[in-house]
Amino acid sequence: MSAVTTPTRQASGGMNAKIVNRIVIYGLLALFALFYLMPLFVMLVTSFKTMDEIQNGNMLALPKAPTFEPWLKAWGETCVGLTCAGIKGYFWNSIKMVVPAVLISTMLGALNGYVLTKWRFRGATLVFGLMLFACFIPFQSVLLPMATILGSLGRFGVTLQNTVGTSFGLGNPTVNLVFVHVVYGIGFTTLFFRNYYEAFPTELVKAAQVDGASFFQIFRRIMLPNSMPIFVVTVIYQFTNIWNDFLFASAYAGTGDAMPMTVALNNVVNTSTGVVEYNVNMAAAMIAALPTLLVYVLAGRYFVRGLMAGAVKG
Amino acid sequence: MAFLEIDGLRKRFGQVEILKGINLELEKGGFLVLVGPSGCGKSTLLNTIAGLETITSGDIRVDGRTITDLHPSKRDIAMVFQSYALYPNMTVAGNISFGMEMRGVPAEERQKAIDKVAKVLQIGHLLQRKPSQLSGGQRQRVAMGRALVRDPKLFLFDEPLSNLDAKLRVDMRIEIKRLHATTGTTIVYVTHDQIEAMTLATKIAVMRDGEVQQFGTPAEIYNNPSNIFVADFMGSPAMNLIPATIGGNGGDLAVVLDREARQPITLPMANAPAGLSAFMGKPIIFGVRPEALTDPEGAERNASQIATADCHIEVVEPAGSDTFAVTNLGGKGVVARLRADANIQPGTNTPLAFNLTKAVFFDPATESRIR
Repeated sequence: MSAVTTPTRQASGGMNAKIVNRIVIYGLLALFALFYLMPLFVMLVTSFKTMDEIQNGNMLALPKAPTFEPWLKAWGETCVGLTCAGIKGYFWNSIKMVVPAVLISTMLGALNGYVLTKWRFRGATLVFGLMLFACFIPFQSVLLPMATILGSLGRFGVTLQNTVGTSFGLGNPTVNLVFVHVVYGIGFTTLFFRNYYEAFPTELVKAAQVDGASFFQIFRRIMLPNSMPIFVVTVIYQFTNIWNDFLFASAYAGTGDAMPMTVALNNVVNTSTGVVEYNVNMAAAMIAALPTLLVYVLAGRYFVRGLMAGAVKG
Repeated sequence: MAFLEIDGLRKRFGQVEILKGINLELEKGGFLVLVGPSGCGKSTLLNTIAGLETITSGDIRVDGRTITDLHPSKRDIAMVFQSYALYPNMTVAGNISFGMEMRGVPAEERQKAIDKVAKVLQIGHLLQRKPSQLSGGQRQRVAMGRALVRDPKLFLFDEPLSNLDAKLRVDMRIEIKRLHATTGTTIVYVTHDQIEAMTLATKIAVMRDGEVQQFGTPAEIYNNPSNIFVADFMGSPAMNLIPATIGGNGGDLAVVLDREARQPITLPMANAPAGLSAFMGKPIIFGVRPEALTDPEGAERNASQIATADCHIEVVEPAGSDTFAVTNLGGKGVVARLRADANIQPGTNTPLAFNLTKAVFFDPATESRIR
């Protein structure tokens, strides 16, 4: 606008104003980046220092004699509560819980999205609205009811164990957590897939119907292979959320062998015996953060693409 | 018994009736074009034939077999969609053979069928590509290949050419016509383009607001439109529909066309339609196609009734093959189609020949034809 009405100002002062603008923008961005990355930096350098160096040196200084000792100790030797076997067991606990929870909730979300857009039934919009509601329910409010349900399932599992000989995993803390995260995740995964499939050409489904493909054949052969971007988005989102979850993990698997990484990390840091080993704590925290970082690095390329998909037609 | 029979087909969405009792018949090997403006229900009708939409009442039969309640894949039909609807994750060969795969046809047979269709459509070199690597015309061919490979009883085309540019559209139109001629398949084709309808069809159904306005051969539709809507919709440039009155000229009737600030034109008619005498002295709509309104030298020599009148030419549009002249009759711009080399100037009075054997008359109140 101003370029049209005041061409002289554009010619003389425009250039300088532009440069100042850039400096301000990039200066602010750099500041924010610094602010954001500083804790990570401190964590990283601390995890490679010896305890002597930490106690006598500068927090921001680079390690003088970098050592992997704290990492190895965090992984294999550090004390979580009363057991001193490192965090590796809990790391695998988390993996065993996260992978099924992510895959099941993502597949169910995809199936829901497919039904809600391509097999519309009376009241589909209402159902979708109600599912969206699940995204807004605060975690805290479901803690106690869910505990009751898990308790009942556990008792049922014991009954099964006594009669049939197997509990089918009912009452197992890992299975419980998978169940909780799947139930809690369906709202989000459905939202993602529903919006993606809304823009998915319905003629493809019709063509497949004419070709004789069944409900699940269309889903598997037509919908899923063309859902890569939103699949990646959902997996990253679910993986990050479930891996980082502390509330459900501490409530339903807060003690014992099935304890996930987040709870274990908390117990490592809170151990009150002896000297606080900052380097080991930092290394443990880094190990706990690695999988989510890895998922972003591997799939982040698709993440932005997937978030934007469906926003613009075509 | 016709090959495709549609009997009293109705389709209702809540309170809205989309299709209001459609009756159509098509012989084996015929080419039925459903044509009409947007929202007339032509695509819905095609989808009901395909089984992609349910119907409220009525009956659809193909080759004597009722298919009304069958699943799309059980109807022995193939469909070409407007967007082509090629599966983006599969190769061209995969797209063409997906239906056979779903029906459990062995891989060897599938390959044979793919090769056969690829030869007919000349897409052999594209078989291993993905749809995103194809041009519009190639995608169109693949979409037709996917339909052809099924060798179905009935082909359904849903505006297959509307996504192509003008030149390619003409090429593909000819290709579809050739395909129909060589394979002898029965086709139902939806379009809003009346030229596609005229050139391709053996039967045309002109639709409006969920009703068939007229059903007949292209020549019948073009020369004998049953109402003003059909007359206006079919033909390009459109038929001139001129408000006029019926007057007497001795024993015969005559069409009287009012003109602004000029003497009315009176066109005497020797063989007026019988129904027209009831409109003596009353207003009617006089319909004459541009090619039936021309310069006297260019007029059809063997037409039995030609009336010539001086007309004031307002605009001249040379189109290369023809020259179009616009004059004002009955308060409306009227287009005449002249020979390309007709010597005509805007702003002058020029004699124009009305070919009254080709003229049609409509009742302005009911919009239907006076016969």
